[in-house]
Amino acid sequence: MRYFFSLLALLSLFPGFLWSQSGQDIRKEIQTQLILAEPGDTIHLPAGTLSIDATLSIDSKENIVLKGAGMDATILSFAGQKEGAEGLRIADSKHITLIGFTVQDAKGDNIKAIQTDGLVFDYVRVEWTGKPKPENGAYGFYPVQCSHVLIDHCEAIGASDAGIYVGQSDQVIVRNSRAFHNVAGIEIENTTMAEVHDCVAEDNTGGILVFDLPDLPKAKGGNVRIYNNQVLHNNYPNFAPKGNIVATVPAGTGMMVLATNQVEMFNNQVINHRSGGLTIVSYELVAAISGIPLQDTSYYAYPTQIYVHDNHFERKKRYPPILHKAGLLFAMKYGRKMPDILFDGVFDPATLEADGMMKADSRICISNNPGATFSNMDAGNKFKNRNSDLTPYDCTRSPLLKTELSLKK
Amino acid sequence: MINIRHLYVLVALATAATLAGFRPGDVSSPEAVPQLLSEYGFFTGETSAQVPAEGVVPYQLNTPLFSDYAEKLRFVKLPEGLTTPYQDSSVFDFPIGTTLIKTFYYYHDARQPSLGRRLMETRLLIHKPTGWQALTYHWNEAQTDAVLEVAGGRKPVSWINAAGKTQQVEYYLPNVNECKGCHNYSGKFRPIGPSARQLNGQLDYPEGAENQLVYWKSHDMLTGMESVDDAPRAAVWNDASSGTLDQRARAWLDINCAHCHNPKGPASTTGLFLDFWQKDPKVLGIHKPPVAAGRGSGGRKVGIKPGKPDDSILYYRISSADPGVMMPELARKLVHEEGVALIREWIAAMDTQK
Repeated sequence: MRYFFSLLALLSLFPGFLWSQSGQDIRKEIQTQLILAEPGDTIHLPAGTLSIDATLSIDSKENIVLKGAGMDATILSFAGQKEGAEGLRIADSKHITLIGFTVQDAKGDNIKAIQTDGLVFDYVRVEWTGKPKPENGAYGFYPVQCSHVLIDHCEAIGASDAGIYVGQSDQVIVRNSRAFHNVAGIEIENTTMAEVHDCVAEDNTGGILVFDLPDLPKAKGGNVRIYNNQVLHNNYPNFAPKGNIVATVPAGTGMMVLATNQVEMFNNQVINHRSGGLTIVSYELVAAISGIPLQDTSYYAYPTQIYVHDNHFERKKRYPPILHKAGLLFAMKYGRKMPDILFDGVFDPATLEADGMMKADSRICISNNPGATFSNMDAGNKFKNRNSDLTPYDCTRSPLLKTELSLKK
Repeated sequence: MINIRHLYVLVALATAATLAGFRPGDVSSPEAVPQLLSEYGFFTGETSAQVPAEGVVPYQLNTPLFSDYAEKLRFVKLPEGLTTPYQDSSVFDFPIGTTLIKTFYYYHDARQPSLGRRLMETRLLIHKPTGWQALTYHWNEAQTDAVLEVAGGRKPVSWINAAGKTQQVEYYLPNVNECKGCHNYSGKFRPIGPSARQLNGQLDYPEGAENQLVYWKSHDMLTGMESVDDAPRAAVWNDASSGTLDQRARAWLDINCAHCHNPKGPASTTGLFLDFWQKDPKVLGIHKPPVAAGRGSGGRKVGIKPGKPDDSILYYRISSADPGVMMPELARKLVHEEGVALIREWIAAMDTQK
């Protein structure tokens, strides 16, 4: 195998020699501006398709605007990328604004931002062109360990993990944006104070996911509000590379809450999903499906303080994807009649009263979702008491805090 | 209280400075930064001969970072009369005014170094009052001097390796942001190599061979080290007499991965930390699922599966030359075959019951 890779490495050089100098020249020109930028500078990207051959980076900068001629006019194409895993990388900066351009076909993530406070994406598109495939990069928008993040009027297409992803961050708004043909359309992970509203997530494997995952420096998310979104037929076959957590999400997942606490979902239109409109699950179920045991002892694996209200769920009868482990499990339990709202029914014993009901402060409330069907799988108990009784969840919770950002564009 | 007249003076000064084209710390400003390497006077005679001038001391690391098989010359220049405080576990905190100098080159024929070499770039890390500054100088075709470059670039190079095989690579010269992609600790620029463990080894000085820490101490470059016998020592990755398989593999991972993969580094988000001092098997990747590997997982489920290198994401990524898969992400186009073989052996030898 080693020899195979070295051969591959040598072969990969030859197209490099044929590649025109332009990728390097344009990159150097933009990169030099990004390096020399002073606070308050706006760096303009010209209209046209610019072939960029290595990662462009903004590092340790403050108050910089990177502005294109519009998301359809300025395209940074990384199809010929030779170095770096990201298309655009932002690190250790403050108040960075990206406006009006598209980032295409990076080898890894299209736009990654790390350790940055104050980040605005406005009218930015990230995409992998062609048919969605596992070889596409993982994340479209990828702010991680950032704070005060606004993603507005953006579009994400073709990510083999998540199109719009925000992880281990604080104070985040994703709005007026669209994600399609990604494995996860929009994903909020281990993030506190986050809102996703007035977005469209369609034709992804899963529409909008709210996850808390183990083994991460920022261990807990919370206070996540998902509202006024159109979550439509996210039935695209899962094309995530194996080993990734989103590979465990079956096609046809509208919305999903995994082990997060304090999530409010309301006024969403959730329509035509093979595997149900909303799944609320513990990490225990994911660990069982993925075969990756949980070892992080400080991690809290159960969704609590969830409030799902005033949503519209609708679906045509259809089997979940039986070639997927979770899909097969759902198909065996429910056939074509997947419930709109599915709860795995795995509880943290510490959150239960003597009568088995959840304590008021951790309770999952599901109310006023007209016509929505429900099932508790009772997955922690070999599915023995699987039932569709919503009464234990017929309650209301106080609304979560609204996230407000005072970011200038 | 701010005196308004002081403000006027400040504004006037700032305006004048701007008009004069001077911006402090600006690498494009000729006043601030020499455009040619030779201007620094680090070397005596021809700059390309890389013979250090007075006060410039060569050093080497027990296990260096792999950089597409480039050879490296390293030098440190401490400010007159100042020394470096000894630190046991982290990279030395060199005094302000220190310059670290590193020249990358390839022998034309590694079997016969006397046939000459091609210098690619000389990188400087200069410790300023505002922090470390990175500058890179690209060697010209004539090999007479190296020229300041901020935006990076590429140069094809070919050479004959120690096994007599012709190799070639489109050598990549990083831009200053990419320097910080690795030289980053808690968001601040920092050197990587010169730590006690890496310098704890012999070097041939003009005066004779000596342990580098001992030499530094006796030449008043290092203070606070009780005895070199108590200093940690990184194994030499390709010298079996220098340490066990585990020690050599860990030294290789430490220098090649841990500049990012540590709790304060750019890969702090991953929870995978490969630094020399790390003891937690899970944090080292053993049975650890990936966080955001994307296709970098290669379909494997955990970072390291004991006994099974081919089922280990870590092994998959260091074996790859695809920018979307490979690790490290930067400054590598070739696979470090010998280093990868060491990690393969290390994983294969792990107790599968663990």
